[in-house]
Amino acid sequence: MAYAAGVDVGSTQTKAVIINEDREIIARCLIDTGANVTQAAENAFKSCIEAEDLLEEEVEWVIGTGYGRYKVTFGNAQVTEISCHGRGASHIFPGTRTVLDMGGQDTKAIRVAPNGEIDDFCMNDKCAAGTGRFLGASSAALDIPLDDLGPTALLSDNPVQISTTCTVFAESEILSWLGKGKKVEDILWGVHESIAKRSMGLLRRVGIHEEVTFTGGVSRNTAMVKSLEKALKCKLNISDECHYAGALGAALFAMDHIQASRAPRNKVEEPTS
Amino acid sequence: MKITAGIDVGSTYTKTILLDEEYRILARHVMNTGFKLGAVAEKCLDGCLEKASLTRDDLNYVIATGFGRHQVKCKDLSVTDITSSARGCFLLFPETRTILDVGGQTMKAIRIDENGRVISFRQNDKCAAGTGAFLEKTARYMGYETKDIGQLLETSRNPVAISGVCAVFAESEVINQLSLGTPPADIMQGSIESLTTRAIQLMKRVKGEPEITLIGGIMRYHTMSASIDKRLENDIRLPGVNPDSDRDEAMPQFATALGAAWLAHYRLRNPSAVKAAPADTTSVG
Repeated sequence: MAYAAGVDVGSTQTKAVIINEDREIIARCLIDTGANVTQAAENAFKSCIEAEDLLEEEVEWVIGTGYGRYKVTFGNAQVTEISCHGRGASHIFPGTRTVLDMGGQDTKAIRVAPNGEIDDFCMNDKCAAGTGRFLGASSAALDIPLDDLGPTALLSDNPVQISTTCTVFAESEILSWLGKGKKVEDILWGVHESIAKRSMGLLRRVGIHEEVTFTGGVSRNTAMVKSLEKALKCKLNISDECHYAGALGAALFAMDHIQASRAPRNKVEEPTS
Repeated sequence: MKITAGIDVGSTYTKTILLDEEYRILARHVMNTGFKLGAVAEKCLDGCLEKASLTRDDLNYVIATGFGRHQVKCKDLSVTDITSSARGCFLLFPETRTILDVGGQTMKAIRIDENGRVISFRQNDKCAAGTGAFLEKTARYMGYETKDIGQLLETSRNPVAISGVCAVFAESEVINQLSLGTPPADIMQGSIESLTTRAIQLMKRVKGEPEITLIGGIMRYHTMSASIDKRLENDIRLPGVNPDSDRDEAMPQFATALGAAWLAHYRLRNPSAVKAAPADTTSVG
């Protein structure tokens, strides 16, 4: 049995996935990227291997992706995160035509063809508005753990409208709403809606075609899903594998490589047998 | 003797100036704006009156300006900060044709004509890059506070390039520079230079022409005005610091409040002349 791995080194978190020849996920790992990017990639990969009692040699091909992909020094190749997210999302939900990937520091809208190839993409990587960092800033301003943001926002019954674009200014806007006596959940719902609005701009630029799959770390946030669905007026494809879509895509490309390199070798062996 | 007050409620600081009929500044006062805009405006006005040993009954006209102007209750009129800045700069330097205002949360470039009227303006108010907030964030990422910025800038020798695209993403850039051993002072000055780049772009968009007058709270860091001066290769005017100024007491931070107080006198003299001091009719935010 051959195995393939994908390591997605994101700005905030590093994800590793190992798949078997049937292209099923057998191990996955998620850790914070931190300052030492190479170490993070290695740790994520190793803990996948240890979890399944694999030998490093059994993983025949490793592909690195994400912004730190060139720091995956043990990897055999690199593929951009755009390709990997498109591929991973199409694998989890074969009906995917549009992917929204929301990570710690950037948000990407990707249009994929029925075969999983990338038709077009658009990203927000120069401004923190509309990225996971906007949620991070809100979490700090309101002193609420990141994972509690979604559940808290869903309790809102009288939403506040966040009018500032810039994440820095939003921090002061949040504080001023608190000062005016607004409830935390109502402010937070406003934060989610503002990010959803920014994402809609990106999505429209690549064209919105159903089905839409939501990937990246922020896809775990239930309020983000709800506010996006409200803005899109359609259901989003979500699964807990969506957080790993980039790493999964990389692993799928790695498995392609393993199987493609094996095919000609079989042909060579045939005449001699 | 008629006395007017100009109250400029900015995003970060609230400034008040008292002006007599001969356009002499009787007192000026500055306070942190905070979140209670209405209350701070009243407090700042009272602080200013106290300095001049005056009371509210001595005031003939009060004009409020700045982003929090609608929250000021004790005003006779509110005027936009663009109009006030234009008047303030015109009073200080009549040859002013372009104004650059760098504040805590906005950067503005204003073109005025030879009568001090606004021809056009551009502002950056949606993005913290290019405003004082960018400097504040840079300092914070390095473990310093806003009050330390001035001192840091004094000691910079070899400023490094800071991209200045996003104040949030600058954090990684700052941490990266620190890990390379760059002194915090050089990173701080680097962010001043990035503000300068944005300022030059903004002034180009209003087709800026000399003389250029620099105002706003950020101009209290003299490396900011020096950096703009160097880039423009032009004589710049800086209220309170420039030897040509006959109003040394008017600091860059107070130019807008000064303009508002001047407009108040104009209103007193020409009750029907709304053109020079157009009332701000925008809806209360």
